[in-house]
Amino acid sequence: MLKAMTGRDHDHHHDHDHSELSETELRVRALETILTEKGYVEPAALDAIIQAYETKIGPHNGAQVVAKAWSDPAFKQALLDDATKAVSKLGHVSRVGDHLVAVENTPRRHNMVVCTLCSCYPWEMLGLPPVWYKAAPYRSRAVKDPRGVLADFGVSLPKETEIRVWDSTAETRFLVLPMRPEGTEGWSEQQLAELVTRDSMIGTGFPKTPGAPS
Amino acid sequence: MNGVHDMGGMDGFGKVEPEPNEPMFHTKWEARVLAMVRAMGAAGAFNIDASRFYREALPPHVYLASSYYKKWLLGLEALLIDKGYIAAGEIAAGHAREPAKSLKRGKFTVSDVERVMVRGKFGRAAPAPAKFKPGDRVRARNIHPATHTRLPRYVRGHAGVVERDHGCHVFPDSAATGSGENPQWLYTVVFDGAELWGPDADPAVKISIDAFEPYLEAA
Repeated sequence: MLKAMTGRDHDHHHDHDHSELSETELRVRALETILTEKGYVEPAALDAIIQAYETKIGPHNGAQVVAKAWSDPAFKQALLDDATKAVSKLGHVSRVGDHLVAVENTPRRHNMVVCTLCSCYPWEMLGLPPVWYKAAPYRSRAVKDPRGVLADFGVSLPKETEIRVWDSTAETRFLVLPMRPEGTEGWSEQQLAELVTRDSMIGTGFPKTPGAPS
Repeated sequence: MNGVHDMGGMDGFGKVEPEPNEPMFHTKWEARVLAMVRAMGAAGAFNIDASRFYREALPPHVYLASSYYKKWLLGLEALLIDKGYIAAGEIAAGHAREPAKSLKRGKFTVSDVERVMVRGKFGRAAPAPAKFKPGDRVRARNIHPATHTRLPRYVRGHAGVVERDHGCHVFPDSAATGSGENPQWLYTVVFDGAELWGPDADPAVKISIDAFEPYLEAA
């Protein structure tokens, strides 16, 4: 049962004992059968939840918000004042829960988001969190050695740049507003959105550079 | 509770390993587990704080050795058994054997799906004026609740500054144990790296948590 903890602590089909995977699979099926037989859930409703996660949410939502903030100073200010309100007014982006907080990167300050206690993440904006965000290496080190964690992502910042780590310990959710890349003057929101990566909105990466291979 | 889930500042877990082109789910059962947790929560079997508490309460070696969704599965089973929605014998049998318990919001059906795709609302009317305001110096209290709390160990006893006031929110410490919402003021409190990690800390690092008022005292 006990196995070494790694950054990839998921039941991955090629690095996981097959018999345990089957056991988990059976257990999940058993639970779903029981919940269905007891009349608690409709299996079709579970299918619909999964389909909604797979099709409606994802970092494209956050990327649209960031691109809009880069293009429209009034929207950017509204986003920094009350992100839930500002995003809700956009309409075309996924519905958003309360207490979304957008935090702005500047040449003087870089923001980075973690949930040391579990996996809190602005999933309406970014989709479900990646495994590394939920795993022990990131959760343990992001608050103590954020510069070292950024190095794991190949990111380095000038040593005088303030690194601000936001530990998501309540129902507030944080979205990093990265800096707009240089060389994008006159770009449309749609073009800009293509540059916005998921990691740049968590604070563990930068947006793509115009013209660089993706 | 002072569990292994409270990982901030622990050493020895190694490098962060991002997975290129990571899929949303690595197996089909992960998606089923996520959907069951969302559905049963939305149907009123438990609140989000209780579901977190049951994952934290897994034995430490199980917590550390289990994948993310395996923890969700184990926590969900334990929670549903404790609340009387299922019986341990039913899991072993793979079928329902006992009468169902009624759910606060009834059976979860396709028409309820849209509702779970937006996070819940946690803001509440203030039962009392706020004790702190942005700019105030505060200290995270040196408290060690044996049940669910959202005050991480690494800030306890340390002084910081209130930066934002988020209004009053459901208090997870109460909600997790079925003791009601007990709304409390919530603040972003920011700490200097050196205050938390000592004189060798990176001088350019600041860390914030969102702290409920009962976690704080004036400093």
